[in-house]
Amino acid sequence: MSGFDDIAPALREPLAGYLLALADDEFVLGFSDSEWTGIAPMLEEDVAMSSLAQDELGHAAALYALLGESIGRDPDAIAYDRPAEDFRHARLLDHPRGDWAATIARRWLYDTADGVRVEALVGSSWQPLADLAALIAREERYHRLHVGTWIERLAADDGEARRRLDTAWERLGPDAATVLAPLPGEEALVAAGVVPVASAELERGWRASIAPTLSRCRLPAPPPVREPGSARQRHSTEFRDLHAEFTSVRRLDPAAAW
Amino acid sequence: MSEVARPPLSEADVRAVLAAIPDPEMPVIGLVDLGVVRSVAVSGDSIRVELIPTFLGCPALELMVAAVRDRLRSIEPDATIEVAVSHAEPWTSERISPAGREVLRRSGIGPPLPMAVPIRLDQPAPCPYCGSGRTVLDNAFGPTPCRQIRYCTACRQPFEQVKAL
Repeated sequence: MSGFDDIAPALREPLAGYLLALADDEFVLGFSDSEWTGIAPMLEEDVAMSSLAQDELGHAAALYALLGESIGRDPDAIAYDRPAEDFRHARLLDHPRGDWAATIARRWLYDTADGVRVEALVGSSWQPLADLAALIAREERYHRLHVGTWIERLAADDGEARRRLDTAWERLGPDAATVLAPLPGEEALVAAGVVPVASAELERGWRASIAPTLSRCRLPAPPPVREPGSARQRHSTEFRDLHAEFTSVRRLDPAAAW
Repeated sequence: MSEVARPPLSEADVRAVLAAIPDPEMPVIGLVDLGVVRSVAVSGDSIRVELIPTFLGCPALELMVAAVRDRLRSIEPDATIEVAVSHAEPWTSERISPAGREVLRRSGIGPPLPMAVPIRLDQPAPCPYCGSGRTVLDNAFGPTPCRQIRYCTACRQPFEQVKAL
C-alpha cells in the first residue's frame, strides 16, 4: 500500500473524509454496543453482541489504519485524540444504545444500510479500499442474519417487546437514512470510481432491500433525512458522554500501550 | 579454520518454521494449516512473510505477527525480516488444511462447514466428540470472532466450531 500516491490530489481530501465517516460509523456503533457485554438479556446475546461489537471495532481499526497510512497519521490518534465535534459518524449512531429493542432496531437499520454501502465499495477503483470492503462485507453477512432474526422476533410480539420496538422506531427512524446521506466532495469520488455508487442511489437500493421486512414487521419506512448537510455533525449530548468514556484511558495516559 | 557458510533458509524452510507456530487462540493448529500465511519470499538475506487476518477484529493477529517475527529472528538473527499483513486476499475457512481440520476435530473444535451464500445455519455438522450428526447451532457467535457454539443432542456436549467464512 502506498497511501494516497495513486489518488489524484483533488480527490484526497474527499476520500479522507469518506474513510473517516466509514471508520467513525463502525467505531461508534462498536463501542456503543460493547456496553451490552455482561448485561445482555441472555447469555447467548451477551456473547453475540460482544462479538458483533468486536467485529465493528476491528473494521474501524482497519479503516483508521488505511486512513492513517494515507494521510501520515497514527490511527490511534485519529480514533482517540479528536474532540467529539470532529467525529463524522451518522446521526443514527448519536443515539444512546437504549434498551434491547432500541439496540436491535438501530443495528438492523445500520447494518442493512451499511451492507448496501460496503457491498458497493467492493467495486472501488482504489484497490486498498476495494480489498478492505471485501473483507468487511463477508463478516457483515453474519451481522445482518443475526439482527434480521431479532427484529422479526420483536416485531412478532404483541406485548411489551412490540411496544418497545415501536417506541425505538419512532425515535430512530427519522435518523436511519443519515448513514447514506451524501458526503462532501462525493461527486468527484464517484466520477473517479473510487466510490462506485452515489449515496442517493445506495439509499434507493437500501430502501428497496428493506421493504419486504418492513412490511412483514408492520414497521413504517424511515422518512427522508432532515438536514442532510448535518447528518454527520453537531453530535448529541449522549454521544459526548460516550466520547468522554472511550477517550478516558487515552487522556489518562496518552502513551499507554494496549 | 575457515567457517563454513550455512546455506540460507529456503522458502520451504520458512514455511516449515511457520507451520510449527501455533495459533494464539487455538494453539492446537499451526499458522500454515490455519491458512493465514499468504506468501513467503526469501531473497539474499531478506525474508518476507505476508499474513492475512481471519476476522478483522481478531486480536490474535498482532500476536501472530510478533510470533513469526521473533521465531524467524531467532533462527536468522542477521537476516532482514519483514512480516506484513495483507488485505489483498480474504481469509476464508476453506483455507484450513485437511490436516488442520483433523487436529481441530481431535481437540473438540468442530471444523468449519462449507461456506454458503446466503449463510446457512441449518447445515448438518458432526459432533467432534461422538461423531453424531444430531447437533444444533446454539449461537452463531462464540468466544472469538471465528468461532460459533453448537450442542450435540446425542452426547449432550456443547462444543465450539470454526465459522464458515
